[in-house]
Parts: sequence; structure tokens; C-alpha cells
Amino acid sequence: MTLNLQNLLDFQNIIDALQWGSFYALIALGYSMVYSILMLFNFAHGDIFMVGAYIGFGIASLLVGLTVAGSLALPGWVILILTLLGAMCLTSIVGMAVERIGYRPLRDAPRASAAITGLMIGIILEQGNLILLGAKRRSFPEIIESQTFSIGGVDITNIKIMIVGVSLAFMLALHLFIKKNKWGMAMRAMAFDYLVVPLMGVSINAIARMTFAIGSALAAVAGIFFGMAYPVLEPTMGIVYGWKAFVAAILGGRGSIMGACFAGFLIGFIEIFVPLVFPSTLRDLIAYSIILLILVYRPHGFFGEPYSAKLRL
Amino acid sequence: MALLEVHHMSHDFGGLRAVNNYSLNIEPGEIHGLIGPNGAGKTTIFNLITGIYRPTEGDIRLDNASIVGLQPYQIAARGLGRTFQNLQLWRHMTVLEHVMMARYSKLTYGLVGAFFGTPKRKREESESREKAQVLMELFGVDRFANQIVLNLPYGAQRRVEMARAMAMEPKILFLDEPTAGMNPEELIQMMEIIRRAHRKFGVGIFLIEHRMRFVMELCQEIQTLVFGEVIAEGTPEEIQNNPKVIEAYLGSEMVE
Repeated sequence: MTLNLQNLLDFQNIIDALQWGSFYALIALGYSMVYSILMLFNFAHGDIFMVGAYIGFGIASLLVGLTVAGSLALPGWVILILTLLGAMCLTSIVGMAVERIGYRPLRDAPRASAAITGLMIGIILEQGNLILLGAKRRSFPEIIESQTFSIGGVDITNIKIMIVGVSLAFMLALHLFIKKNKWGMAMRAMAFDYLVVPLMGVSINAIARMTFAIGSALAAVAGIFFGMAYPVLEPTMGIVYGWKAFVAAILGGRGSIMGACFAGFLIGFIEIFVPLVFPSTLRDLIAYSIILLILVYRPHGFFGEPYSAKLRL
Repeated sequence: MALLEVHHMSHDFGGLRAVNNYSLNIEPGEIHGLIGPNGAGKTTIFNLITGIYRPTEGDIRLDNASIVGLQPYQIAARGLGRTFQNLQLWRHMTVLEHVMMARYSKLTYGLVGAFFGTPKRKREESESREKAQVLMELFGVDRFANQIVLNLPYGAQRRVEMARAMAMEPKILFLDEPTAGMNPEELIQMMEIIRRAHRKFGVGIFLIEHRMRFVMELCQEIQTLVFGEVIAEGTPEEIQNNPKVIEAYLGSEMVE
């Protein structure tokens, strides 16, 4: 084991950490938003990320295939935008369906029932994917040609820059949405009570549906970017990365939007930088021990509230 | 024609009759009080009229249309605003946001407006902001406009809740113990504010209160509720001199 200080300061690693952090942050936002208004963790969210990645894969494969075959002549960035938009729309429909079928009937049930339902929906999505597409791994088509820039001796690809930039833009857009308009205001108010908010003419169901839709759309973005960066998709990806994003949501503070982004990036950094110091086989062990340690001292996460006084009637 | 009428309303919780044969008549712009010992069923009556519970028997008419069986938000939309005994504020939102949130259903811009700030959204939001400003001034909370309510003094939090209720432009306002936990100074302030709001908007008010001085000075009509039944009804003078009321409050030995 050699500690190479140069490695720690390497910009290459920082950009990798930012990229992984983007995936975790985008997924963690979905967990956090749903938690903040419904007080439940949508344990199917990791699998919604997987569904988003596969929908993106389907759309991208189709468009790239048509372009290669010559029946369409779309530049790469147009295909990327269409893939993002299409996958966001379709995945948010999946998310809304999960809310309608799985969670709404359990609105007043004990939280444990909702958690178990979430886990089951996750299994259904995963097994459904296995039945439809088989256990084979899929490789994500190359939408944009990868170009490598050399800046000060550091090699950066255009794809990494795009992923980090667009992810941050989505987080900023979400932040503005929640801060600046009436639906965002209703979402924040719902985080405190269900008693007065409906009196203001707000439909709890509509806001819940919207929250699932936004969370799922962001998960789809994460799925597509993940596919572009590590072009292998498999049905179990939702579990592996979904759980890590869930850890980010907890670490950031249950229900905190800012916390989810911050903790998502933090986990990205821990995961990239731990193997630079320790053997890479111990990566997850050490990375998550660090997180466990943080939670021992900050059980409510970085931005969480120590208690919740939400009143339910 | 009365603004709010309740006809022979009763409500059972399991086998327990919480409210028995309750009737009420509030004219537009009238201030009506409901007093009675703890557990008499006062808040239950509020919850029945505002649609949180559905009465077992009887009819409730707002503006001459029955509201029995409607959802709380539908009743609120028909012009019934309320505040709560235990403050129901959104602790981490600002005062301005509370008052603007109450105008949610009056903002009609769509998703495009939400993302790109269309002229319609700008117009609606600035109109909302102006109305919110007027209300915050009226209730004396305008200097806290951009603070989160958690940090406000208790009396100011109560006034924020009232400003929010008034922002929905109700015809009648239900106040559940508006002075609970207030010191004498805040109490006088609250009385003045209720009077001012009443004068300015001509809104009908129905309030639950324990502080006799407050009720007697403010209300035109008072009902006394004991074990779910109205035992006395009338003007403040009539209530003050009614032996049944004195008995209910002070025990029968005092009367004899």
C-alpha cells in the first residue's frame, strides 16, 4: 500500500468523484423529496433508476440505430436531448403509477407496510425487466462521441463534463422550482402537515403524484448518464446504486433537498478517494464505515431535523 | 338570511354522544362566541362544521347550501376559514410564504409559467404579494415577512395563522382559542386586531375562548356548551347572569 499524494490531488479523480456524486445526488433527491412530503422512503426508487436507465437505453438504441441505418440524420446532442426528455417522461409515468397503485392506498397505514410495499414493487420491476429483456447485460449505445481534452496534463472527456454540468443544472432547477413557485411552496408546506394544507385548496394527491414524477424523472437522468459513463446496464443495478443513494439521502438529512445533493457528492468523493489510500477491495467497507461514523455523531444527517412534529389527522 | 346555520346537529364517537342537538345561527358580519368547560365538545363542533368529522345527525348550511359531507378543502373554498387551538404553522416557512400559500387556488398559472416566468405568473404573483402585504400589516406581522415562523414570538405566530386564514378571503372565520397561552398585553393586542379585521372585511366570526373578558367584550351572541349540549344562549349580559352558566363554571355550591 503506497500513499501517493499526487493521486489525491489529481484533477482526474476529482472529476470522477463529481461524476459519481452526480449519480448518487440525482437518485438521492427522489428519496428525499418523497420522504419530506409523505414521511416514507420509497424503497422502489433504486429500481425506478434502473427502469429509467433501460428506457433511456431503448430510446437511445432506437435513435442511434436509425441514424446509423441512414433513415434519420440526427446529430449526437439531439439524440441525447430526445433520450433524456423521452426517458424522463416515461419514467415519471412509472413513478406516478407506483404512487397511485402502491402507496396511495397505504397513506394512512403504518409506515412499515409502505416500506414493505416499496421493496416488493422494487422486486416486481426488477423481475419484470428480467422476464422482458433477460439476464443479459446490455451495453449503452454511444450517443455522443467521446472526446478527450487535455487541460494542464489532465485528461477530461467531454462526456464527464456534460454529465456533471447537466446534473448540477437539474439540481439547481429543482431548487428554484421548490423555492419559487406555488407547487414548490405546497410541497414544502406538506412537509409540515396534512391538516391545513388541503384547506388552502391544495390537493395532497396531486402534490404526491408530482413529487414522484419529479423524483423519477431525475432518476431517469441519473440512469442515462450512468449508462453513458459506464456503458453496462443490468437488472440489479437499481439495488446496488439505489441503496448507496439511499445512504446519501439519510446522510444528507431525511427530507433535505440540499442535504441529498451534498451527501451524494460526498459519497462520490469517499468512494473514489478511499481506494487511492487503501486497497481497492476494501473500498466499500471503508467508505461505508466512514459514513457510519458520521451518522453516529450526526444521527439526523447533515441538514436533517432532530425531530419531526408533523401532525396527522 | 343567515350566513351559517346549523340545525339540530348531533355527533357520536362510538357510543358516546359528544354533541347533542346543537343549533347555531350566524348572520353576516356577526361575532359569535362559544364557551364551556374543557371537554364540553367545543372543538368537536368546529371540526364538525369545518368538515373534519361528519355529523351523525343534522344539517349545516353555509350561504343557504348544505355543506354536510363535503371535504374540508371544499368547505374552506366556500368561504370558511379557521385557525387552530394548537398552532398549525409550517415551522420553516416564512410569514410571507404562509400568507401567499393561502392564495394557492387563486394562482392559475401552469407549468410553463412555473419554469419560465410568463407575464401571467408575474402579474398573479405580484397581486398576491400586494394582498399579502396588506394582511401582514393589518395583523402586525409585516416586519417579520421574510423570517421563518419558528423564530417569531408566540403572539405573532397566532397572528400569522389568522392572516393566513384571512388571505383565503373567507366569509366567516373560525377562531379556536385565539388567545390561548397569551400574556395580558398580547391579549389586548389580539382583541384590537380581531376588531380591526372585522371592521375592514366585515367577516363573520365564530370563536371558542376561555377568557371571559375577551368573549364578553367581543361577541354579540354567546353560547355555553356543557357535555355537548347548549345550556345557555344569549347576549353577554344574559350569559353572565345566567345561573346555569355560573353553575357549570363554578360548581353548584356557589349558586345556592
